[in-house]
Amino acid sequence: MSDSTYNLDHLTELEAESIYVLREVAAQFDRPAILFSGGKDSIVVTHLAAKAFAPGRIPMPLVHIDTGHNFPETIEFRDNLVERLGARLIVGSVQATIESGKVQEEPGANASRNRLQTTTLIDTIEEHQFDACIGGARRDEEKARAKERFFSHRDDFSQWDPKNQRPELWNLFNGMHAPGEHFRVFPLNNWTELDVWNYILRENIDLPSLYYAHDRMCIRRAGQILAHSDHLNLRQDETPEMMHVRFRTLGDLTITGAFESDADTLEQIIDEVAATRITERGGRMDDKRSESAMEDRKKEGYF
Amino acid sequence: MAAATTPDHNGLLRFTTAGSVDDGKSTLIGRLLYDSKSIFEDQLEAVESASSQKGIDGTDLSLLTDGLKAEREQGITIDVAYRYFATPKRKFIIADTPGHIQYTRNMVTGASTADLAIILIDARHGLLEQTHRHSFIASLLGLRHVVVCVNKMDLVDYNEERFNEIVAAYKDFSSRLDITDIKFIPISALHGDNVVDRSDKTPWYGGGTLLHHLETVHVGADRNLQDCRFPVQYVIRPQTDAHRDFRGYAGRIASGVWKPGDKVVALPSGKESTIDQILVGDTPLDKAFPPLSVTMTLTDDIDLSRGDMLVRANNQPESTQILDARICWLSEAPLNPATRYVLRHTTRDVQAKITEVLYRIDINTLHRVEDDVTIGVNDMARVRIKTASPLLTDGYKDNRSTGSFILVDPSTHLTVAAGVVG
Repeated sequence: MSDSTYNLDHLTELEAESIYVLREVAAQFDRPAILFSGGKDSIVVTHLAAKAFAPGRIPMPLVHIDTGHNFPETIEFRDNLVERLGARLIVGSVQATIESGKVQEEPGANASRNRLQTTTLIDTIEEHQFDACIGGARRDEEKARAKERFFSHRDDFSQWDPKNQRPELWNLFNGMHAPGEHFRVFPLNNWTELDVWNYILRENIDLPSLYYAHDRMCIRRAGQILAHSDHLNLRQDETPEMMHVRFRTLGDLTITGAFESDADTLEQIIDEVAATRITERGGRMDDKRSESAMEDRKKEGYF
Repeated sequence: MAAATTPDHNGLLRFTTAGSVDDGKSTLIGRLLYDSKSIFEDQLEAVESASSQKGIDGTDLSLLTDGLKAEREQGITIDVAYRYFATPKRKFIIADTPGHIQYTRNMVTGASTADLAIILIDARHGLLEQTHRHSFIASLLGLRHVVVCVNKMDLVDYNEERFNEIVAAYKDFSSRLDITDIKFIPISALHGDNVVDRSDKTPWYGGGTLLHHLETVHVGADRNLQDCRFPVQYVIRPQTDAHRDFRGYAGRIASGVWKPGDKVVALPSGKESTIDQILVGDTPLDKAFPPLSVTMTLTDDIDLSRGDMLVRANNQPESTQILDARICWLSEAPLNPATRYVLRHTTRDVQAKITEVLYRIDINTLHRVEDDVTIGVNDMARVRIKTASPLLTDGYKDNRSTGSFILVDPSTHLTVAAGVVG
C-alpha cells in the first residue's frame, strides 16, 4: 500500500481484478476449468484462484494438456501443487490423440507437438463438457492477444472470431452461451511479464526450478538455445554442450528457447526481465512461423 | 533493484485514446511506448521489416498497434486493443480505440474502464466532428479527466496563436459537457515534441509534457469512498472439516470504506448484521475500499446470495423497477421494444423491456432527435426501461458500478447495449 491511505499499488489492483474475474467464472458457469500448463502464468492463476475461494478449495479442476514432451520438472511441480491445494487434476494426453490416429506427428527437425495440442485440448473440453476454460494468457504477450476479452467466446467448433467479439464494458462480463459453446477466460489480461514476476516475488510463489539458472545440455539452432532431450531431433551438425541457462517461458521441450543466465534468485530474474529488450515469446519457435501465427492458431482453438 | 521494476508510486492509470490513422493516434501511442522504452527489439524488428515490405520509408510506429490480420491488410484499427507501459512513477493501461463513427461502440467500451481520455486534434484542422464525438463519449462514460493534445504543431510552425484558437474553441464546446479537468498540450507525435520530452520549439507553452501529466494526474479522488455498496458476487461455503461453519460473502467493493464492526444492511431483504471479518485470501484487513476484491463474514447467519447487496442503513441505493438511462446500442440488430432483454447490473440479472425511447442523441452535434427514434448499431439514446424485479441503483455520476448495466439478447446471447443510469 502506498503513502496515500486509499491508493492501491498496481499489483494489488491487478490482483483484485483477477480475483473478481475468477469468482465471476465460478458464479456464471456450470463446468469451468483452469488450463494448467505448469508455466509461471498458470501457476499465478492457480495462486489467485486459491486466494479467491479461500478458505474453501478451488471449485474447478486443473486441466493439463500433456504433450508428452514436457520437462520432467514441470510434471513433478504440477503433481506437488495439486496435492498441496487439494485440487482436482485432469490430464489430456497428446500422445493418446496421436495413437488414436486423429492427428499425425509433424516430421522434420523442427517438429513440434505445439499445434497438435489444440486437438487434444478441444477433445478434453468436449469430453468433460467444460463451458469455461481459464488460461494464463496476457494481452501484452503478442499482438493478436492485445484484443482479447476477459470472457472470450468460442463457438461449438472452439473457434475464435476476432472480428466479431462481444463488447466488454466495465466489469460486466457476459458469459451466456448456447450448449456446446464455451468461453476462454483470461484473468491475467492486464498483467505484463514484469507484473507477473513482481507478484511472484511479493507473494513468494513457488516455481519450477527451470526458471532459475542451472546447468543443462543444450544445442544452438537458428539463433536459439534448445534443451537437449530424447524428443529433439538432432541435425547432423548439432552437438549438445553443457550451458548455464534458464527459461523465460515454459512450453514444450522441443520449442522453448533457453538463454544463458546467472539469475538464480527472483530478484535477479526481475532485474534481468526489466533490462531485457526481447519479448518473452521471442524465444518461442511456434510464434515465428508467420506474422499471424498466433492469430491463426487462436482461431482454431489454441490456448 | 532497477527503478523500472517498481512503477508503484502513483499506482495504475487507465486511459483511452480514440482517433483515426490520419490524426496521428497510432504515432502518438508508438511514441509513448518507444520513448518510455516499452518496445522490445524483436517487436521493432518486426515493424521495421513490415514497413519495408510495404515500401514505407523509415519505421512506421503505427504498425506496432495493429493486431489483427484484417487490420494490417486494411490499415485500420477495428477493435479495442490494450497496450501496456510503465515508467518509474506509474503503470499505464491504454485502451486504444478506432475513431470512426462506425466504431462508436468500441470507443464506449474503451472508455468504460478508463480514468482519463486523450483527445487528439490536428492543429491544421481544428475541432472536427470526431472531436465532438470522442469528448461526448468521455463525458457520458464519466471520465473526469481529458487531455486535449493539439497534434502536428510542426505543420503550423509551432504557432502559439493557432494553439490558443483551438483551446478557446474546445473550451466553448466543452462547456456543454460534464468534464471537470481538461488539459491542453501542444505536441508533435511524429517529432516527439512535449510527449515525453519538453520541446524547445514551444517556449510560449508553460505546462508540462503529456507523459508528465499522465504520471502525476490524481485520479484517486474519482473513486466513491462515501456510499458503501458491496454487491455479493459469490458465497464461499467450504464445507470442509476445518471450516465447517464458514460462510463468506465474496465480491468486489463498488464504493465506500468498510471496516470490521460496521453495521450493515442486506438488500433486498433489509436484514441487519455486523461485519465480522474482511479477508483477502487468508489475510484479514482492518479496512477495505474500492476496487478491492474481498470476502466478508458477518456476525449473524442471514440469507444473502449472489445479486444481493450490502449497504449501510443510513445510506441506501434507490430500489426501482423503472430506469431512466442513456444507452449506446452495440448490436447490428436494432432495438426491439417487444424483446425481453436480460439486464445485467452489478452481479444481478433481471428481465427488462425498453418501454420508451425518449430521444436519440446526435453525437456529433449533441442535439436531441425526437422524430426518428429507431435505434441501431452505434446509436445513443435516452430510454425508459422496466425491469421484472427491482434493481438497487445509484446515478452513474456518483457511482460507476451501481450506475451502469448491459443488455443481453437472450436469443443470441449477445451484449446488445450498454447503459448508464441518470
